[in-house]
Amino acid sequence: MSQHVVNVLLSGVFHASILFLVAAGLQVIFGVQKIFNLACGSFYALGAYVGVSAVGWYTAAGGPPALFIVPLALAGLAVGAVGLVVERGLLSFVYERDETFQLLLTFAVVLMMEDAIRLTWGAAPRSTAGLYLVYGQTHLLGATVPVYNLIVIAASLAIAVAIGWLLTRTTFGRIVRATADNREMAAALGVDLRRVYAKVFTLGTALGTLGGALVIPATATMSEMGIELIVEAFAVVVIGGLGSMRGAFVGALVVGILRSIAISTYPELEMLLIYLIVIAVLVLRPRGLFGGAAV
Amino acid sequence: MTGRLLVAAAAAAIAVAPLVASTYHVLLMLPFMAYAVVLLGLNLLFGYAGLVSFGHALFIGIGAYTGAFLTSHCKIRSLEVILIAAAALGALVAAPVGALCVRYVKIYFGMLTLAFGMVFHTFVLKFYRLTGGDEGTPFLRPSLLGRSLEAMPKIDYLVGPYYYYSLAVLVLATLCMWRIVHSPFGLCLKTIRDNPAKAETLGIGVTRYRFHAFVISAVYAAVGGALLGPPIGNVDPTLAYWTHSGNIVFMTLLGGFTSFFGPVVGAFVFIYLQHWVMSVVPYWRLIFGAILAAIVIFAPGGLLGLLEPRRAAVRL
Repeated sequence: MSQHVVNVLLSGVFHASILFLVAAGLQVIFGVQKIFNLACGSFYALGAYVGVSAVGWYTAAGGPPALFIVPLALAGLAVGAVGLVVERGLLSFVYERDETFQLLLTFAVVLMMEDAIRLTWGAAPRSTAGLYLVYGQTHLLGATVPVYNLIVIAASLAIAVAIGWLLTRTTFGRIVRATADNREMAAALGVDLRRVYAKVFTLGTALGTLGGALVIPATATMSEMGIELIVEAFAVVVIGGLGSMRGAFVGALVVGILRSIAISTYPELEMLLIYLIVIAVLVLRPRGLFGGAAV
Repeated sequence: MTGRLLVAAAAAAIAVAPLVASTYHVLLMLPFMAYAVVLLGLNLLFGYAGLVSFGHALFIGIGAYTGAFLTSHCKIRSLEVILIAAAALGALVAAPVGALCVRYVKIYFGMLTLAFGMVFHTFVLKFYRLTGGDEGTPFLRPSLLGRSLEAMPKIDYLVGPYYYYSLAVLVLATLCMWRIVHSPFGLCLKTIRDNPAKAETLGIGVTRYRFHAFVISAVYAAVGGALLGPPIGNVDPTLAYWTHSGNIVFMTLLGGFTSFFGPVVGAFVFIYLQHWVMSVVPYWRLIFGAILAAIVIFAPGGLLGLLEPRRAAVRL
């Protein structure tokens, strides 16, 4: 029994650590630019596909299987550069407009990205065949867990700490927080908003693509994975509070674990439960559990 | 005056289309007319009340599933009954959902509507005993005005009686919406959109007006959703998925949300362009995403906004 509980919790936390990365990307962009980026799920899918290809090339080139996570993570991070293209090429034209138009522009990116991925990689699922268990499995409180899951959880925690450090302890972080608070004032004090927006959007994108790359050894890519994940990431940020990093962390844990519990007990409930919580939060506490906090 | 002539000419063209156009084009008119009804309602919220819903696929789904359920499970085939039931159910669901959603504006309104839409989508996807899950439920051929028409070949039914029935519903829906937006109620909505604080001081119950607009738009979406069913013959959960909500907002923007007929034009262009693009390359989303981006950046007034440069200064 306890073994079952540990299994459910750990798979929930694994999912939560991926969700956190995507949601953190969503939060940092919303916090600073006030854009709700629907395309974060598409970036996640892109990261997954690029990750699979990178690992494929790596394996074909004869790299040691134990180190496959290195090209995987590097590819996931590198493809985050697409965020810079989207920001400079599309979003930078509509900063003066109503946020509805910004939202619709990210929806345009969702549409384009979905087919761009299908065009490049085809519709068949792809996976990093067999590498998932290359680190073996371990026993934890009576449950058997793939070590890879623990690595991803640890990596996600490390990234959470690194983001916290970046935002609170560095000059860049101070500028970002100042811009999130009051962009006119920040601009008046000499902050180049164009550069800040470009950096923040790229950072947010890279978190999403990295999340996609890291999840892929545990599953397989599907062309629908992006538009499905966005609603989960959306649930995370609503529960946690839009724009709050701590909110993304707690929200990801709530959604990840609840989903895992629901799947193992009453699968019909799966996402329904999460949406109902989302609605409850929006109705009772629209700013979320950690809303209103600085990024 | 030219506007009225154009509308009359368009209506006449739609009316004679089955006599002159090829079956392929006539069949495409069916989803166009259904979406036109949906969008007339959506634009009451988007264009007139300034609220962008990312969850209206919920009400399309309710309308479509009402029809499918009545024809498949209850042996009720009358399209009049189906449309009335869809409208009533749409209003019934929209009342609590709307009451919660209209307390918020802008991005929060969009997010809350999206969440409700996904609740419904998950419901129809997971409770497969009732809804057929991802395979959907068959929408059996409805009878029109009490006549069964079961013996007719499917194509003849669709390009004949069903076509004119849809057209009649669209005309009726257009006339009603025209009355609504030109009534004091419609003017109040526009005031609320442009300056909610001032509207409030003028004594307009902002939340109440938004709520009524929400319910009306939901009824339109449910009726349009029910009309979508018979040509496909089957309704499935993708009708209620959030990307479908996004697509109908896209159609509205494409035609132009600042004018009354913009959404109707948007539905027409979207449906035809989509089928044409899909006949050339399978990647219609890539092209449509680029079109949407171009509209948002260069022509936020949509196609009709392009025709009328005076109105191009859109603010929303």
